[in-house]
Amino acid sequence: MAKFSKKRGSASPEVSTASLPDIIFMLLFFFMVVTVLRDSELKVKVSTPYATQLTKLEEKSLVNYLYIGRPTQKFQAVYGTKPRLQLGDKFASVAEIPLFLEKHKIKVPEAKRPRITSSLRVDGEVTMGIVQDVKTQLRKSGQLRVNYSAKKRPD
Amino acid sequence: MAKKSSRDRMKNEINAGSMADIAFLLLIFFLVTTTIVEDKGILVKLPPWSDEEPDIAKLKTRNVYSVLVNAQNQLLVRGEPMDIENLRENAKEFIMNPGQLENMSESPKKAIISLKNDRGTNYKTYLAVYNELKGAYDELWDELCQRRYGVAYSEELPVAYRRTIKEDIPMILSEAEPTNFGEE
Repeated sequence: MAKFSKKRGSASPEVSTASLPDIIFMLLFFFMVVTVLRDSELKVKVSTPYATQLTKLEEKSLVNYLYIGRPTQKFQAVYGTKPRLQLGDKFASVAEIPLFLEKHKIKVPEAKRPRITSSLRVDGEVTMGIVQDVKTQLRKSGQLRVNYSAKKRPD
Repeated sequence: MAKKSSRDRMKNEINAGSMADIAFLLLIFFLVTTTIVEDKGILVKLPPWSDEEPDIAKLKTRNVYSVLVNAQNQLLVRGEPMDIENLRENAKEFIMNPGQLENMSESPKKAIISLKNDRGTNYKTYLAVYNELKGAYDELWDELCQRRYGVAYSEELPVAYRRTIKEDIPMILSEAEPTNFGEE
């Protein structure tokens, strides 16, 4: 009996909140690190198709994105409804791909350059014509690692 | 007098109690703006560009698994129409040729898949077909890996294991220039 009462007596009633800021900061830093602030606004509608044999892209800095789709409502008056290519944050023609790749390449350390991947984010409803042109241009520019972006097919 | 009191105030510590609130504010900001984008997709290695047309006529027809996708998104596999659901099984059978049939590949090493589409083919269909063909190889690699090493085939496997498996069943997929049909 005496033992029990002793234990209860020694326990302080309050939990210290002094470490609360540290915990919050830890969470904060976690989210700051994982956050990818999207730099390019999408001007084309891209809804990637479903697939099953997917590979995950690891290093974000080694990936450049090429978007292909129909211009969104806002841009249809100027650019029409035919599928277009978007590089970075603006519409581009297929001929501009080599320069775009080169601009991305110089930011990557030389040792990592062979692992640069082009992620083709293509809308499912687009016809293969423009995709083929882009692929041909990529091959001509020596960018052979390509990832056809797709969503996991729900079972 | 006034000077003295201000100096007194400076001696006081800054109240750190609001630190948590500031941190919370930042945390909530990042929580809201975060989009943990998982970029997944089908990884493909394109062939290097060459101006010469690859000579496919040299190959024996029994080793070539030709897949055509037309502008109406219909499939023609080795001259026969086919549904996309059956493509994977059919491709696996062709590559491995378990019955040693005359009209299928001599060995998995010699099997070549030739994919051709129209410019008017839907990207969705094209990717679905590509997915099935890759799926066929993935399943074959997995089966071989299970038989040989007793583990499932995955990217985490030692490179040497993966290399031997890919040597025995190499994935050779050749894509021909598309025909100009049905482009909008």
